[in-house]
Order: sequence, then structure tokens, then C-alpha cells
Amino acid sequence: MLFVLVGIVVSTTSFAWPALRHSGLGFFTGSTWSSKSNTYGALALIYGTVVTSLVALVIAVPLSIGVALFATELCPPRLRGPLVSMIDLLAAVPSVVFGLVGLLAFHDVLQSFYRTFAGPAASGTSFLTAGIVVAFMICPVITSITRDVIAAVPRSRIDAAWALGATRTEVVRTAILPSSTAGITGAVMLGLGRALGETIAVALVVGSSVQISANVTEPGYSMAAIIANTFNGEGNMMNQQALMGLGVVLFAITIAVNVVARIVVDRSQKRLEGAA
Amino acid sequence: MTAGAHSLEPTAPAGGFTPILDAETRRDVRRRTVSGRRRVFDRSGRFVLWATVIVTAIPLTAIIVVLIAKGAHLLNWHFFTGDIPAVTGQSSQGCADISEAFRAKYGMDCSPPRPAMGPAIIGTLLSTGIAALIAIPLGILGAVYLNEFSPRARLARTIRFFSDVMTGVPSIVMGMFIYTVWVVRLGTDGRSAFAAALALACLMLPIVVRTSEEMLRTVPDELRHAGLALGGRRWHGIVRIVLPTALPGLTSGAILAVVRAAGETAPVLFTIGITLTPNVSPTGGNTTLAQQIYNGAKSGDRLANELAWGAALTLVLVVFILTAIARFATSRFTRSLEG
Repeated sequence: MLFVLVGIVVSTTSFAWPALRHSGLGFFTGSTWSSKSNTYGALALIYGTVVTSLVALVIAVPLSIGVALFATELCPPRLRGPLVSMIDLLAAVPSVVFGLVGLLAFHDVLQSFYRTFAGPAASGTSFLTAGIVVAFMICPVITSITRDVIAAVPRSRIDAAWALGATRTEVVRTAILPSSTAGITGAVMLGLGRALGETIAVALVVGSSVQISANVTEPGYSMAAIIANTFNGEGNMMNQQALMGLGVVLFAITIAVNVVARIVVDRSQKRLEGAA
Repeated sequence: MTAGAHSLEPTAPAGGFTPILDAETRRDVRRRTVSGRRRVFDRSGRFVLWATVIVTAIPLTAIIVVLIAKGAHLLNWHFFTGDIPAVTGQSSQGCADISEAFRAKYGMDCSPPRPAMGPAIIGTLLSTGIAALIAIPLGILGAVYLNEFSPRARLARTIRFFSDVMTGVPSIVMGMFIYTVWVVRLGTDGRSAFAAALALACLMLPIVVRTSEEMLRTVPDELRHAGLALGGRRWHGIVRIVLPTALPGLTSGAILAVVRAAGETAPVLFTIGITLTPNVSPTGGNTTLAQQIYNGAKSGDRLANELAWGAALTLVLVVFILTAIARFATSRFTRSLEG
């Protein structure tokens, strides 16, 4: 497996090298991405990736933590089975199906909805739509890890809170959340890693327009999405190499996020086990 | 850890705990001891939790409803077996402007092409199947090594850590990796079900390792000790006792990895090529359901969209059934260990 990881770095970087050298530092600071003029500045694409992921997190984090708390603390026993199945099934839906449904079934609804508050520039395929779709895709990941983290909270702390006469919501606020903050942070970062790398669904609903815009209802693009939509190994070689360069950047970012997230999750679980 | 054990409600007390007061009295006690403001806070907290569950249920319901509404009427025997019709743009109109007599005279077939996905189903089975053949044995062997042998705990921990990190590598990067080491070497001929299977196997491997390891860890040590006590070798114990005990769990892990691979589009896009006719060989251009959905969704053509809806419904059905089987296997496994 290490071999695969190292192999990914070496082979993709060497493929992308000519384009990276051609663009130099401009690869990270320029925001024009054009195969016609052979100008490759990835800033707008990096921006798109970050914005869609952040939108996704803003939506997914409260939802996932809520569902995880519900499943562990509030759920009637009879409902727990169906709830877990629901999360499993949501995780099993292929990315491309999310994209298909988002694009062909909800495009018009979302577009008219956005236009009521964001003006006529708003589009049904935009940063925001991509963020919403990705949010539901990373929900299962965050939920399942958060559930594990909450389950690892020492029973004694929770019982103590109950014994002091806390209501259920107070137990959650005073006993469960403080002990699991670090673990939940890790879970959120793992979700972020997924969101950054999410490709096909974003490629279908992000709007395919390379631009930096503060208005999230306008169409945009992300690194993974532009690779999926335009990489085919043919035509302008420089363009292909630049796309491969994007792959390298994306790989580096997601690996960094994942490594940090794993360390945070492992550490918090070890600390809780020590406390129990 | 049932919710009832910690609440004041009289629901299924766990661990032999018997409620001292009856339900009505406890509710009464509670009403007096909890102030109004706290009660409102508690109620609103519960309400928020319920709301998150309902909001999360919306997309799944919406996807299922939309897929059935748009795809159900397309599914028939021809859809599963016929060749994929070429999407030309005019295909949905047929040749309405040509007169009936002219068509009959020259034997022109003007019926609009019927959507079908036969080759994509074959391609999906082929690429996912090869990927499973590569990744599942390797992954289970790796898990056995990590859990049963791993001479140095530190090494095992490092491998475990990297397989976790590898699960987070974007699938499109896996596709690009296989593209550079396989397709570039072999030219366009390198695009095949086998190349796609390599990319999918890279994705499946860490999933199989991690889930199998979890399952092996739940096999009680007493069983291993019993094997050794009977004079068996370590390998005998693993092959005849540990693996059969963990089999349902291993199966479910493997199925979940297959589910993930079958639905993946990104790593397949530039490794598999394309075909509209069935190709049962691991070499040569091929296609998958996921790739067809992607192509169909991008196109504005009605026929292309129909192809995408039908393929999506087929794929989701398969994936849901496999997930259900995996869950069933897991629950049987945990129950058999408890019993």
C-alpha cells in the first residue's frame, strides 16, 4: 500500500512536471486556466474546491452531529435499525447518481429559488448546489465516526450528569459534547477530506466556469471536477500535463487533511479510553 | 447502551435496573423539579435532533422517488441485454418528415432507438469483478498479517495508519495514477476493463484491509488458544478456526468494498475507454453503468438522459441489494459471536 502511495506521487508528478515548470509559481497564483493560450493558473480552481467544501461542511456538520446524537441518545430502540440502514444506504448511493439527480431533477427548482434572493446571475449549477450535494454525500462519513466518538465517552460522566438532575439536552451539552469535541473535529476533517476530493457529483452540478466569485450561487469549477470533465490524454499535451499537476495538488491537500484528521481522531479516542 | 437506561422515561430498562417509581409518578416528579426555562431548552434540543434526522432523510427519499419516477418505465429485458444506442442528437425525433410509403418501400427502420445498457452491465461486472479478485484476497491476507502475526506492533500501526489515509485519497487521483503507469505505457490500447479494475482495486484495498481487520479483532482469543491447545499450528488455527468464524464479517466488508467500486466513475473515466457493444474481454475498450450515467447526464439529449436514468436506477438497485446483504451478514456475525 505504501508502494501505491509512493507510486502515485512519483508517476503523477513526473507526468505533470513539464507543465508545472512552464507555469512556475504562477500555477498557484494565477487565476486564468486556458488551453488556448497555454496559461495555467489554478487559483480559481483551488478557490472552487475550497468554497464547495466549506459550503458542504457548513451544511453537513450540524446535520451529522445531530443525527449521531439522535442515534446514540434519543432514538427509540425500534427506530435505530432503520436509521442506521438509512445512513448506510445514503453512503452507498454512487456519486454520479447524486450528480444526475442534482443536475437533471433539481436544477430548475434550485435556480428559481436562488434567483429570488441572489439576483439573475444565480444559476442552478453553482458552487452552492455543489456544496449542498457534497454535504449529503459526506454526512454518512461524519455521522458514523461521530457516533463512535460519542459511544467512547465514559459512561460515568454521562451518568453523573443524569444523577445531578440534568435534562437530556443538558446531558448532551455538559457531558457528551465537551468530552468528544476533539473526536468530532477529527470526524469533520475526514469529511472535509472527502469533500475536497469529491469529483463526479461536483463535475456535474458546479457549472463548469473558471472564476473566483464571492457569490456562491454563481457557476464555478473545482480541481477534481475540471480533471474529470477535460482530462482525456489527447490533444494539447501541455493542458493534459497541467491537469495532472492539479491532481498532484489535490492529492497533496487531501493527504495532509487526512493525516491530521486521523491523528486527531486517534488521539481523542486514546484519551477517552484512558479516562474511562 | 439503550437510551432508556439513562432517561427518566420507563422505556426498556437495561442491566437489570428496575424502576422504583411508576411512570406517572416519575413524570410528575420531573415536572416539579425541572424549571420551565430548562424544560423549554430540553424540548427545543430534542426538536433540533429530530429535525436533523428528517432533513438527512430527504435526499435519500428524493433520490429513490426521482429514480423510480424517471427510470422505472425504461427497465425491461431489452434494456439489460441490448446494445447501447448511439446518441446522435436527432435520434429522439426518428425520421418523422419521411413519408410512411417511402419508409415501407425502402424498408427503413424509423422507430426511435430503444434505450439499453447491456454492454455497460457487462463492463461493470467485468471491471468490478477483476478488481474484487485482486483486492479482496490481498486485503484479507493483509488483515490476517496485521492482526494475527504483525511481529512489531509499531509496523502494524504504521500500516494501519497509511491504509486509513489511503481511504481518503480522492478516487480521481487513483484513476490518474493508473493512467500514468498503465495507459500511458500501452497507448490508447491500454484503456480496458483491466486498467479500470486496477484503479478500482487500489480504491478497494484499504477498505477491505480495515473492515477485515475489525472483524478479525472481534474473534475471541479463546478460540485461537483452543486451536493451539489442540496441538494445531498457527496457520491451521487461522485457516480452520479464525477465518471461518469471521467469514460473515469478512464477506460484508468485501461486499461494501465492491459496492463502493461498482459506483465509482472518476477512476474509470480515463482508464476504460468506450464501447457501445458488448465486450467480455478484459482487454479493449469497455464501459460501465457509472460512466454511462455521467455521459448521459452531461448531454442535453433526451435519449442520453433516458439512458442515464435507466442506468442509475439499475446501479442503485444493485448497490442497495448488496448493502442489505452486507448488513445482514454483519448482524448474523455479531449475533453468532454473542451467542
